[in-house]
Amino acid sequence: MSDKPLLEVENLRISFPTRTGVTQAVRGVSFTVGREKLGIVGESGSGKSMTGRAILRLVPPPGIVTADRLSFQGEDLLTLPEKRLRGIRGRRISMVMQDPKFSLNPVMTIGAQIAEAYRVHSSAGTAEAKRRALEMLEAVRIRNPERVYGLYPHEVSGGMGQRIMIAMMLIPNPDLLIADEPTSALDVTVQMQVLAIMDELCSSRGMGMIFVSHDLNLVASFCDRILIMYAGRVVETCRASELHAATHPYTRGLLDSLPRLDDTRAELPVLARDPSWLEDISPSPVQGEGRGEGDVGGPVRSAMAGPPHPNPLPRGERGHGPAEGGR
Amino acid sequence: MIDVRDLRVTFGHGADAVAAVQGVSFAVREGESFGLVGESGSGKSTVLRAVVGLNHDWTGAIAVAGAAQSRRREKGFFKSCQMVFQDPYGSLHPRHTIDRILAEPIAIHGLRDADARIDRVLRDVGLGPQFRFRYPHQLSGGQRQRVAIARALVLEPRVLLLDEPTSALDVSVQAEILNLLKRLRAEHALTYVLVSHNLAVVATMCDRLAVMNRGRIVEEMDVEALRRGAAREDYTRQLLRASQGYDRAAADSFKDFA
Repeated sequence: MSDKPLLEVENLRISFPTRTGVTQAVRGVSFTVGREKLGIVGESGSGKSMTGRAILRLVPPPGIVTADRLSFQGEDLLTLPEKRLRGIRGRRISMVMQDPKFSLNPVMTIGAQIAEAYRVHSSAGTAEAKRRALEMLEAVRIRNPERVYGLYPHEVSGGMGQRIMIAMMLIPNPDLLIADEPTSALDVTVQMQVLAIMDELCSSRGMGMIFVSHDLNLVASFCDRILIMYAGRVVETCRASELHAATHPYTRGLLDSLPRLDDTRAELPVLARDPSWLEDISPSPVQGEGRGEGDVGGPVRSAMAGPPHPNPLPRGERGHGPAEGGR
Repeated sequence: MIDVRDLRVTFGHGADAVAAVQGVSFAVREGESFGLVGESGSGKSTVLRAVVGLNHDWTGAIAVAGAAQSRRREKGFFKSCQMVFQDPYGSLHPRHTIDRILAEPIAIHGLRDADARIDRVLRDVGLGPQFRFRYPHQLSGGQRQRVAIARALVLEPRVLLLDEPTSALDVSVQAEILNLLKRLRAEHALTYVLVSHNLAVVATMCDRLAVMNRGRIVEEMDVEALRRGAAREDYTRQLLRASQGYDRAAADSFKDFA
């Protein structure tokens, strides 16, 4: 791990103006990423994916992103002109999305898509791009790269599609990879194999990685460090190996509510949400920079319409349960 | 309660035929909770859909509650056997109120006092009567899954077939739904068949389970053996290992089981 972090995020806020007031999706998140695997865990609506997207300025309109600092290797990602940003997005920071079905171009062959990703970011010719694309397919353990090169996305399985996406994201040789639930659509054994590929590429290339996931156990076993997010805030930060010793009641609640293989509990403990978690600032800002913590909280409230919202969690995306069950 | 013998399901014809289920047999006793575990494409959902009558092209024998089933199901069959689907976003009609969703099975079966039944079943699944005239989009994922469970229970069946009932939900909501399903089974003496790819969910919910791969049952075991990790087959051991979190060495040792 180098001493200078790749990415520094300080007091990141993302809000969406809606007809009924401003929804705060991310409310003052700070962290740094070095050449390591950082996990961001949380339930749907916790703001974990939006945090990942904000780094590449991919928050969809009308979302508003503000931060005291959002810099990648010294460059300010918030004010960088779009043209310069394109030199970073995809090339130095790339992002693997959750579902290959919706992220691959259905009318382009796999090989053409990967080669295109390479040619956009380098001055290589067609033959060189093809050679590199085949190499990359091999690196993500696709057995017959020549055959897969000519296939269309609907002709490959989910696990292979995910590996293809990883190949495409890694071909420009980025410094930082943002992986948003890269394996949650996969079977457990395939998931392990895909993670092993990413792990190996991380360690062999010295790449940094942000791994966004809802799966606590997976993140604990895969990452080096973990941020736990709740309702747009980081409630706890810990080393992955120490997740089981987490202290925040939300983290504890999540861990307890997971069914386990050796479970003999008659009933799973249900998470009782404490409204104070919405206000609490993460007790330990990452890297221990003593930020003034009083500034967060007050202005947020006044910006929200009306009295404290009964359920301030932003709506989850379709396909995931918004983080509340009927009681 | 459920007896499946040599079930075979094939999709497509000729050269394109896919044998999704290739001779599966299992039996579930009354009041038991039975798990079907496997990866995608293993045929576990197809088995469930054949049992409930959603797949018509099967061969073999299926008996539910002592009655042998033909390809088409009698109306009365659905009074004893109901299914809960994976995706609570897709399985509820978006333009029907909860009341209408729950009233439909009652009307189809010509049962009386719909009002009291709906009220009772909503309370049963932990949603109050205040949810009755809402639309699905006004509910959270967990609440929708409760409605789906209520719709299955409104006919007071004896068997509930659960197809990945919590895999679309957050873990904290998953715990609530699993607790609800456990309570309902105890209160109504239900028989469950639970399909899941999550071994931990099956370990919590079931008494016995079968592991499927490529359309066949690889291994049947009771949940005690699962907790001890005492699997006989290599495939099951690999599945167990993969469910226990990321492990670099294990990932390299994985192989394909034909």
